[in-house]
Amino acid sequence: MDSTLPEIRIHQPQTEPAPEPESAVAPAAVPEHSVIRRYLLARGNSAVTDHVFKVLMLLCALSIFLIVALIAYQLIDKSQLNWAQSGLKFFYTASKDPVTGQPVYWDPVNGDFSAIPFIYGTLVSSFLSLLFAVPLAIGVAIFLTEMCPRFLRGPLAFLTELLAAIPSIIYGLWAIFVLVPLLREYVNPFLFKTLGWTGLFSDDNPTGLGYMAAGIILAIMILPIISSLTREVMTAVPHSQREAVLALGATRWEMIRMGVLRNARIGIVGAVILGLGRALGETMAVTMVIGNTPEVHKSLLANGASMASVIANEFAEATSDLHRSALVEIGLALFVVTIIVNAIAQVLVWAVTRGTPSQAH
Amino acid sequence: MSTSALQLRSRFRAITDHTVTVLAIVATILVIAPLAVIFAELIYKGISSLNLDFFTKVPAPEGETGGGMANAIVGSAVLLGLSSLIGIPIGIGSGIYLAEFGRGTKLANTVRFTADVLNGVPSIVMGVTAYALIVAIKYSFHLSNFIFIALAGLIYVISNLLFIGILILSVRHLLRSARSFVWSIRVVVSMILAGAAGILSLGLLVLRLPGPLAFSLVKSAIDIVQDDRGYSLSFGGHFSALSGGVALGIMMIPTVCRSTEEMLLMVPHAVREAALGLGVPNWRSVLSITVKTASPGIITGCMLAFARVAGETAPLLFTALGNQFWSTSLNEPIAALPLQIYIYASSPYEDQRRMAWAGALVLIALIVIAVSLVRWVTSRGVLKGNS
Repeated sequence: MDSTLPEIRIHQPQTEPAPEPESAVAPAAVPEHSVIRRYLLARGNSAVTDHVFKVLMLLCALSIFLIVALIAYQLIDKSQLNWAQSGLKFFYTASKDPVTGQPVYWDPVNGDFSAIPFIYGTLVSSFLSLLFAVPLAIGVAIFLTEMCPRFLRGPLAFLTELLAAIPSIIYGLWAIFVLVPLLREYVNPFLFKTLGWTGLFSDDNPTGLGYMAAGIILAIMILPIISSLTREVMTAVPHSQREAVLALGATRWEMIRMGVLRNARIGIVGAVILGLGRALGETMAVTMVIGNTPEVHKSLLANGASMASVIANEFAEATSDLHRSALVEIGLALFVVTIIVNAIAQVLVWAVTRGTPSQAH
Repeated sequence: MSTSALQLRSRFRAITDHTVTVLAIVATILVIAPLAVIFAELIYKGISSLNLDFFTKVPAPEGETGGGMANAIVGSAVLLGLSSLIGIPIGIGSGIYLAEFGRGTKLANTVRFTADVLNGVPSIVMGVTAYALIVAIKYSFHLSNFIFIALAGLIYVISNLLFIGILILSVRHLLRSARSFVWSIRVVVSMILAGAAGILSLGLLVLRLPGPLAFSLVKSAIDIVQDDRGYSLSFGGHFSALSGGVALGIMMIPTVCRSTEEMLLMVPHAVREAALGLGVPNWRSVLSITVKTASPGIITGCMLAFARVAGETAPLLFTALGNQFWSTSLNEPIAALPLQIYIYASSPYEDQRRMAWAGALVLIALIVIAVSLVRWVTSRGVLKGNS
């Protein structure tokens, strides 16, 4: 018979009980192995296969460390050329044009590189996006956790989830053909007319592209991340907190403010930082709408470039090794910054959601 | 006097409460609105350019109308297949480690943390890494005639045996589920199949016919040049589908890992204990009891990672590069749906822009199906949130 068939294991024990009393009567006799034990002995020891299996799984888990190390090594290694050329100055100085006196940020032809416009562009577009996204995301999270009728909760959460699943390229496509014309025709002229005196909104860019467009599309993209995490953190706040505040006669908003938001604030900050991490590294949608000019402008309506967008734009066509190495160094900076930002966010979100099951019950 | 002040105050509190409610509703509408607008736009503009040509033809030359994205769809499939081959086994393996072996240990917590952080690393950085790893460096090695033929034959036979082994296993599985068959029939059928496999494998080798998938994969990933001293094999050193697949595969690992872990944690302990109590070895209990119980969740987790990677463009820009023509070779630039959308989106031709919308519609359909499946599976059955 095929001894590996599972049925045997189940049927055999039923024939077995007979020998047991006999061995109890005659204790001096050599103990007979029970059928199960004999079966197990015949099958051999599984310790080796178990160990091999465990080590294999461990190797898979360790490969995640390996990947991070590999990314770091490759980025550092491939940016050496530019690092030797300009060192840390790459990130904060730019050479001046001898004729006009204007700063030259990015000149692949003469091998003159500075990361300033890209860092500036990334920061401006990310903070603009946070400015738009954070209030909305918290509003959505409040609505979904505290106010929404039960039958709407599932579908609405699903829709925001769907928003997170749409690829960057489709946001970019939509931004180019719908958002940018909208900005160009209506929003940007209006902003210039009403707020032009601040200097933040100029009208010298007729394309509709720029930091503002990038900020808006980034806001739409990071909204679901922030709102779903905020929701998670808010649901982790124990019900007793809400009940306590309500029992003191608070209105619903006061309950949310004092009972929920106050308890969840660290987690919400974590969610916002995680959104910031996404915004910093977002590539395609930004590349398609930011305008891709390596300059620094005070106006939010001007064309710019971000760290990710310059890599996406120029890496494949980089002509000199120095140019490529400068781009890799920007990538390295992006990698380091996003790792730090993500690590902080993870720690903050964990700090709130980890201990909750024991508190809640 | 004090009563009216109190009344005023409670009025004010009530008004604030209502205002906040309205604001929250407005925020929700504002968030859902872009989704609705994007979908409407996609369907409106995409449907009109979706036709049979889109799925069967390669892109028309610049400025000409017609053509399709067949090569990009196939290219995306090749890239995604390759990335799944890399990302899913490693991701599931590390997920199993986190949930089954390393629960609560410091190492597991660190791995989990690193996976979460890796998940947030921008995709473009992955692209740069894959570029540095595979596109920038050419790996080449030289083999003498004898070793080359021996090695190729070995890979050929092994890949055939693997292929037919899977065939046998599936036939055995089918037979086993039909209970009336006795085991001897199974063995006879297996032996016949195994014999046929061996004969077929060697026969195909003699006839120099193309082998099964695994062999073609190896063959298409490597440049083989014959010279007077033997054969020189090389891969990398230029833009290739291989580098794109590696970049996407690395991106899949953390997502698959975390979702596998989450699903495995939902499997009740009693199931594991029952298996171990019957004397099943631990590895067997993990694979055929725990993982099998959680498999709907794990599969949908993989689909989610798949869907996420399917839309990735940034890491492909300088690895897979894109291709206007048919290509399925792993060692050459290959077209991909998101890349093609990116190229067409900035095109001056109206026809190509319409094509971009159609491509986006196909992409989003794939993703919506995946995400809905995930939601459907995780909200029912054994895995219904009892963590």
